[in-house]
Amino acid sequence: MLATYEKLGIPLNEQKRLANVAVDAVFDSVSVATTFREELAKAGVIFCPISEAIRDYPELVQKYMGSVIPVGDNYFAALNSAVFTDGSFVYIPKGVRCPMELSTYFRINEQNTGQFERTLIIAEDSSYVSYLEGCTAPQRDENQLHAAVVELVAMQDAEIKYSTVQNWYPGDENGKGGIYNFVTKRGVCRGARSKISWTQVETGSAITWKYPSCVLQGENSVGEFYSVALTNNMQQADTGTKMIHIGAGSRSTIISKGISAGKSQNCYRGLVQMQPTAENARNFTQCDSLLVGDRCGAHTVPYIVSRNPSAKIEHEATTSRISEDQLFYCLQRGIDEEDAVSLIVNGFCKEVMKELPMEFAVEAQKLIGISLEGSVG
Amino acid sequence: MTALLEIRDLHASVGDQPILKGINLTLNAGEVHAIMGPNGSGKSTMSYVLAGRDGYEVTGGDVLINGESVLDMSPDERARAGMFLAFQYPVELPGVGGMSFLRAAVNARRLEAGEEEVDQLAFVKMVRAKARDLGISDDMLKRAVNVGFSGGEKKRYEILQMALLEPSIAVLDETDSGLDVDALKIVSDGVNMLRSPERTMLVITHYQRLLNHIVPDYVHILADGRIRRSGGKELALEVEESGYAGIDDAA
Repeated sequence: MLATYEKLGIPLNEQKRLANVAVDAVFDSVSVATTFREELAKAGVIFCPISEAIRDYPELVQKYMGSVIPVGDNYFAALNSAVFTDGSFVYIPKGVRCPMELSTYFRINEQNTGQFERTLIIAEDSSYVSYLEGCTAPQRDENQLHAAVVELVAMQDAEIKYSTVQNWYPGDENGKGGIYNFVTKRGVCRGARSKISWTQVETGSAITWKYPSCVLQGENSVGEFYSVALTNNMQQADTGTKMIHIGAGSRSTIISKGISAGKSQNCYRGLVQMQPTAENARNFTQCDSLLVGDRCGAHTVPYIVSRNPSAKIEHEATTSRISEDQLFYCLQRGIDEEDAVSLIVNGFCKEVMKELPMEFAVEAQKLIGISLEGSVG
Repeated sequence: MTALLEIRDLHASVGDQPILKGINLTLNAGEVHAIMGPNGSGKSTMSYVLAGRDGYEVTGGDVLINGESVLDMSPDERARAGMFLAFQYPVELPGVGGMSFLRAAVNARRLEAGEEEVDQLAFVKMVRAKARDLGISDDMLKRAVNVGFSGGEKKRYEILQMALLEPSIAVLDETDSGLDVDALKIVSDGVNMLRSPERTMLVITHYQRLLNHIVPDYVHILADGRIRRSGGKELALEVEESGYAGIDDAA
């Protein structure tokens, strides 16, 4: 299996050691290799396949697994809970700042299968961790299902930064094949001043339903959601977040950039909910959509519920097209059309891209360009 | 010697409206030509037609760069062949960093010429040096292309791009519009520094005042889609005195 990873250009040892990123590789829902474990162990950080965690740290797993996303939360979460085989487990002890980025590469290889991995991250008081998740799958004519569950728990003053670059196979230009990406991701800010930040760049999958959410329980806790969702050809993406404000003074920021090209449909769907206890809670939401071509669609569906009169909620939204002026300006400088569109789209996503860790930002930028290929002209 | 840019009996329309009605112009290396004309005479249309913008349809005649017709070439191909247009209204590119934009433009040209991409560090140094001459601050270089720039800053940024891309043909479309006297001087000085025996420039302007700073070798008066008169730099002064109406009568 490791050899297959090498072939795919995902060298677990060399590249990531240089970049100082610890990697857990999950292959058809089986964790095959985890790097840097000894170095991490010195800092007290546990980073291992969840199958091992169940065996070695049962008290932690029992305490937290399913505490954020109950077994019966939704159809796909229930399916995952019933059949999941592996995934990644992270535990950051009190006061520890995780010395490196942690990363998981997910890959679906088998035909006619689904991937049902499970991720659990626990950050104890005053700890910090940045976690990256990358996804790929080879081209197949059949559809495949990816139904993952990701649970995050941040205790008092802890911070979890969770970044995803999702590039599952999107199907061909006629919509044949591709991954159905139905993922449940949720984090809970349990303690005061805790913070959970989701950053995602979604370019793959035939259909994506994904709403990484934050339950802001702790006083003055912070939730963030930065998203770029790009769809081309026949892809459909329905993605967004839920910010559930429970704690007084809790704050959330949502920046969503949707780009639709080809005949694709791209929808932002999000909930901001202020509970009666969320005294002086605040939310700011910005949803921008960019249309490339004239056969795609962009949709924005914000749900806003405020049960506390002192809460403040702001929502801004724009929809635009790549202007002919901008394109001509780039062309006149000698930049060809595909590169010009990629430049303009990357500019449009800048606010989100700058939230990605350095190692991922360059990769994500290239991915945007590649995913737009054939969308112009 | 082959002209750098030759325009032969050029006719062009926007929609159903004929704008250019038979333009003839030959620009040799080292020459600076000025095109003057009243509003609606077809000045800006001409710059867009030369650059190959969509929606500006050539209905007759030809445009040649180094003796080869460019009518079948896309705007980016023409640019890489050496044509540069300094825009009257430079376009904002939100989120697109100045340095990466400039580097993409320079690299596109270098790849076409079979050269290697520019070294990132050396490039930053070169841009800063050229920017300093034009009074462009490092802060401006860090911002997104043209976003939040004043009118004068936008025009200086155009000249900076011209200095980096080193085109053989530079078309300056109303570079003086929206500039105060000081800004006009900085921009003109920048343009004059780029005058060279290997380059030709076509300076499009409504007013004579720009030509006090960028002194042309030839002046052409454009009216109703045709060149009515051609002459030396003194022709511009005649326009200043008697206006375009007078020139048209004399033609």
